[in-house]
Amino acid sequence: MGLEINQLTRHDGSGSFRVARENDHLSSRQKLRFAAFVLILFVAVPILLGRSPYYITVLTNAAILSFISLGVWVTFSIGRMNLAQGAFALVGGYVVAILTTRYGVSFWLCLPLSGLISAALGALVGWPVLRLKGVYFAMTTLSLTEAIRLLALNGGDITMGATGIVNIPRPGPVGIFGLTIVPEFNGADPLPFYFLACALLVLGLVAVWRLSTSRLGWVFRSLRQNEDLATSIGINVAKYRVIAFGVCCFMGGIGGAFFAAFHQNIYPATYTISDSVNFMLYCFLGGLSYIFGPVVGTFLLVIAFELLHAVQDYQALIYGVLMIVCMLWLPNGMLSLGLRQDGRREGERR
Amino acid sequence: MAILDVRGITKRFGGLTAVNNVSFSVEKGAILSVIGPNGAGKSTLFKLISSFVSPTSGRVDYDGQTITGLPPHEVARRGVVRTFQETTIFKEMSALQNVIVAHQLRCRASSLGIYFSSAAARADEERFRNSATEILDYLGLSAVKHMLARNLPHGHLRALGIAVAMAAEPKVLLLDEPFSGMNIEETDAAVKLVRGIRDRGVTIVLVEHDMSAVMRISDRIVVLNFGTKIAEGPPPEIKQNEAVIGAYLGEADEEVGH
Repeated sequence: MGLEINQLTRHDGSGSFRVARENDHLSSRQKLRFAAFVLILFVAVPILLGRSPYYITVLTNAAILSFISLGVWVTFSIGRMNLAQGAFALVGGYVVAILTTRYGVSFWLCLPLSGLISAALGALVGWPVLRLKGVYFAMTTLSLTEAIRLLALNGGDITMGATGIVNIPRPGPVGIFGLTIVPEFNGADPLPFYFLACALLVLGLVAVWRLSTSRLGWVFRSLRQNEDLATSIGINVAKYRVIAFGVCCFMGGIGGAFFAAFHQNIYPATYTISDSVNFMLYCFLGGLSYIFGPVVGTFLLVIAFELLHAVQDYQALIYGVLMIVCMLWLPNGMLSLGLRQDGRREGERR
Repeated sequence: MAILDVRGITKRFGGLTAVNNVSFSVEKGAILSVIGPNGAGKSTLFKLISSFVSPTSGRVDYDGQTITGLPPHEVARRGVVRTFQETTIFKEMSALQNVIVAHQLRCRASSLGIYFSSAAARADEERFRNSATEILDYLGLSAVKHMLARNLPHGHLRALGIAVAMAAEPKVLLLDEPFSGMNIEETDAAVKLVRGIRDRGVTIVLVEHDMSAVMRISDRIVVLNFGTKIAEGPPPEIKQNEAVIGAYLGEADEEVGH
């Protein structure tokens, strides 16, 4: 069975954070929801859970995993199912690990750099690979995740093989003219990492929203809906595919860099195929038509599994079943549920 | 003056010769139809001209320059734009968005400019929207412009397909079976429409089955059979042509069983 994304989901663009509207402006209701989301992240959570390093760590993980999944969502928007995001997270992680431990480069410089290196690598690999569609693209990117893992495993002195790179320094203080803006990250307290994660997530959401509502977003959608037609009206399909994939890899790289500094280590097995699959699953579960989809999917699954320790052994099984259920009964993801209740959804499920 | 010059173009798929050494040229501002029985190689010829398929040998010149070998989007950029059989449009967009997106190749702003909504990008946006509205008006689609394309009735979809192609501001428009599946009235309207587009200065090449429409609309007709050009000329001449009658009637004879 050909797994055509276009057949699995209908991107009708309705929903919170409407993607496919005639104008780019958020409705006041959407602004309100987004403001509430930001307030919960930055105010409510630290006040309520600030004293529990455990919960803060879980939420930090969820925030950055959402950020990485958001990148996968961008490749979904051009109609490609990307299973290589783990590879680019790994690349980002190693960039930070190598540059900070060996060359003493500041984490704050490494963070954007790791994104850029991942994006450059993604563009290089993506140029030929993005010609493939459907399952063929999915399979190729899946093997890419494995290839990068093996590369890290056999990287000799550069990646230190299976021992990985440990003792990655925490982000240092940031200051301008002797004025400290960001204090040094202290080991015992996960809150600074939490705030950094949330800041990245909010920035990522705004950036992707901007991308998706600009004409570039429309060009991406035109690629997803019909590449031949897009070509026939003079759109350089290859170029825009690479742009979308590059953005995705950039976000993967940044996310990987964050985790490397957060956990202070990186191993070849830090990101495996199952991580790549999970990033995709988060998007599916949340809903591919909604920018908020990957965020909802990630928070739901990450938090659910942290709370349900007992079932963690069966994670892969449950994820698999969820994926099937989601495709059969909820092809537009969790967010489409809310909209059906709102009665704002036009048209029927197919 | 010939705007499009097809020179000895041949396409083989394995052992099958879909198009065999076909040559013809299209005058600027003309309507040229390519007809032929099923499997005559009409669609392949179309793909060859629009560079969606590269030829085994031969070439296509547009406006004095060879366009064969260019990527298809580049051919569209130069002014040779094709439509598709049936209803190939962006189904999950509104009619208006379909046509706005199709203006992308007239975009002056860079990708970064679009992202950060630069002055050039905003000017583009304005221009595209106005032009799209004008095109939809012209094709009689203004009433449905905010409807999602997949909800449009069949006739409107066909017109929208042409609207999308027109947004790319073609100099040569390749129409793939624009009248198929239409009743007589719809065909009449579509014939008028195609003439109107020609009168706006667009040269038209079309592939079609509907013989009466083709005879009415065409300035010249090229007839293909088994990938080979068997006749070329104005409609009255084609009607009388022995080889053409043979190609069509011979086929009919077999069906009847004579």
